[in-house]
Amino acid sequence: MFRKIAISAVSALAITTGAAFAAGEAKHIEDVDFSFQGPFGTYDQMQLQRGLQVFTEVCSACHGLKFVPIRTLADAGGPMLPEDQVRAYAKNFTVVDKDTGEEREAVPTDKFPANDGAGAPDLSLMAKARAGFSGPYGLGINQFLKGMGGPEYIHALLVGYTGEEKTEAGETFYENTAFSTGWIKMVPPLSDDQVTYADGTPATVDQMSMDVSAFLMWTAEPHLNARKEAGFKAILLLGLLSTLLYLTNKRIWAGVKGPKKA
Amino acid sequence: MAGIPHDHYEPKTNGQKWLHSRLPIAGILYDTLMIPTPKNLNWMWIWGIVLTFCLALQIVTGIVLAMHYTPHVDMAFASIEHIMRDVNGGHMIRYLHMNGASLFFFAVYLHIFRGLYYGSYKAPREVTWIIGMIIYLLMMATGFMGYVLPWGQMSFWGATVITGLFGAIPGIGESLQTLLLGGPAVDNATLNRFFSLHYLLPFVIAALVGLHIWAFHTTGNNNPTGVEVRRTSKADAAKDTVPFWPYYVIKDLFALALLLAVFFAVVGFMPNYLGHPDNYIQANALATPAHIVPEWYFLPFYAVLRAFTADVWLVQLVEFVTFGIVDAKFFGVVAMFGAIAVMAMAPWLDTSSVRSGRYRPKFKAWFALLVIDFIVLMWVGSQPANELNGWISLIATTYWFAYFLVILPLLGLFEKPLPQPATIEEDFNAHYANPAE
Repeated sequence: MFRKIAISAVSALAITTGAAFAAGEAKHIEDVDFSFQGPFGTYDQMQLQRGLQVFTEVCSACHGLKFVPIRTLADAGGPMLPEDQVRAYAKNFTVVDKDTGEEREAVPTDKFPANDGAGAPDLSLMAKARAGFSGPYGLGINQFLKGMGGPEYIHALLVGYTGEEKTEAGETFYENTAFSTGWIKMVPPLSDDQVTYADGTPATVDQMSMDVSAFLMWTAEPHLNARKEAGFKAILLLGLLSTLLYLTNKRIWAGVKGPKKA
Repeated sequence: MAGIPHDHYEPKTNGQKWLHSRLPIAGILYDTLMIPTPKNLNWMWIWGIVLTFCLALQIVTGIVLAMHYTPHVDMAFASIEHIMRDVNGGHMIRYLHMNGASLFFFAVYLHIFRGLYYGSYKAPREVTWIIGMIIYLLMMATGFMGYVLPWGQMSFWGATVITGLFGAIPGIGESLQTLLLGGPAVDNATLNRFFSLHYLLPFVIAALVGLHIWAFHTTGNNNPTGVEVRRTSKADAAKDTVPFWPYYVIKDLFALALLLAVFFAVVGFMPNYLGHPDNYIQANALATPAHIVPEWYFLPFYAVLRAFTADVWLVQLVEFVTFGIVDAKFFGVVAMFGAIAVMAMAPWLDTSSVRSGRYRPKFKAWFALLVIDFIVLMWVGSQPANELNGWISLIATTYWFAYFLVILPLLGLFEKPLPQPATIEEDFNAHYANPAE
């Protein structure tokens, strides 16, 4: 009896009390499907490339990605741009050279420049620094089922503008259904057809939001595909080891312990 | 080794004899591995191996992480990102270390509650219990300091809140807090000493684990019946026990492999589930997070800490009686450490002559309530402070203390225990058929 109580109790509490307790700012975050969800989910290379385009043409005006090396755009499991495209892409940015202290064109080994001039937060880790679905009752069961909700939060924020705005102390705030206080300083960044996708995907606000959210999940967790693969290998090997140990254990104990009496 | 009679190591070859007369290490290893172990241990006795594995995992992954980590306020956060992005397999090592802490505490809680149910803390195993409690305290200190190292928002503000607790101690508190922080506030000096201590303490824990094992190898393992192994003769002892190798080594490894499969599912598929998103935001002394929440394994005691606010009459009474020396904040700190202290005192608070909860019908119910209480405390510790949650934490905290300070002492006097088996063998044979038949 004790074993069952204890194991189920501690498992239950480990499962439910983990996760983020982002109560207070309990804004509704809509659960949207991303290709990288669940144990089998991986990044959609084309979506990451579209997201990169949205980031470059829209977000990068005010936001930086200071932890992300530009060269990783070519990495497996990411947008996987060809090397020459990465080199060409790097030239979009200027960085201050560490050795000479002078400004120069970025090269792939540089990181995306930091950009906090407009007071906008760095986006490298944004998809892991936000969450949704922490309920019910702060138990985090929703997160267990739907994921942490970081990219969903970014998507909800980008499509969450109601069109209302107000001015307070000389600053303009825009009403947003996903933002914690309900009013955000960020000007609504996206409008339909703001970018032209090379693959012909219609650039609706929802589509662009999805794409850039997926891209930002990749910037936050570039090795997601490799991590899940490692997870499967480990589970497979440990499953095999468990089976062998189970059989060994049974055999060893056979001489000591007979079948359980009713 | 004293205790249960069994065969000891005999050096046979000349080489063995040569070494044995100079350093009897083979004998110690042999006796440790071949120690007679009650043959009726159930699956709750696997956590020791799991915990030993966790310690090894944390030390190995931790040493590798330390090779790439920079303990400086301007570079710590970026160095973690360097590990996550650029170091070969770095993301995996870091997630193993992060979630390894959770596995460690998950196992230690089951290990402790196992001990509480089967009376493993009772004479003659008090020293084992006390060493275990010290290990648990050091684990908490190590876990806390480790959580500060990534220098995220929760790291910083968690450190601010927890070190602030020491500041609440009357008289010496302020100097103690300054010593802990290396300055007036959480800063580079804090990060440096936490890194140093986070590296040191696991090795202290390893040494204490050695003592822990030595202690229970001296007294012999407890077992689900709580009845001692017969020591009247080697033959009698052999009827109650099996050697640790291979019987329990293989059994425990099986359990460990199974558990690790689940662990790797967490690491592989949801490595941030048990963490807090705010810790992916670099520490900022100017922006306080909306809710400062410790890691899940601290929540029950965090709830105890928060239960005693200034409007609890007991707190007001104590404050009045002590002329304001013990205020609400200090009361909370005392309660939090007290909640662990009463657990450590269990060997002297439990008056029952029966060791195992299996033969204590009333105890079983109170114990089940304690487990529920622990879960309630963990949940309420994660919740924002409001009036209802205040009441819940207060009631749950009261039960925690009542269990150890009132129920355990009284139960032993009033409870009528069920008959216990005379020997482990008798109980074992009552449950399992003889394999020879």
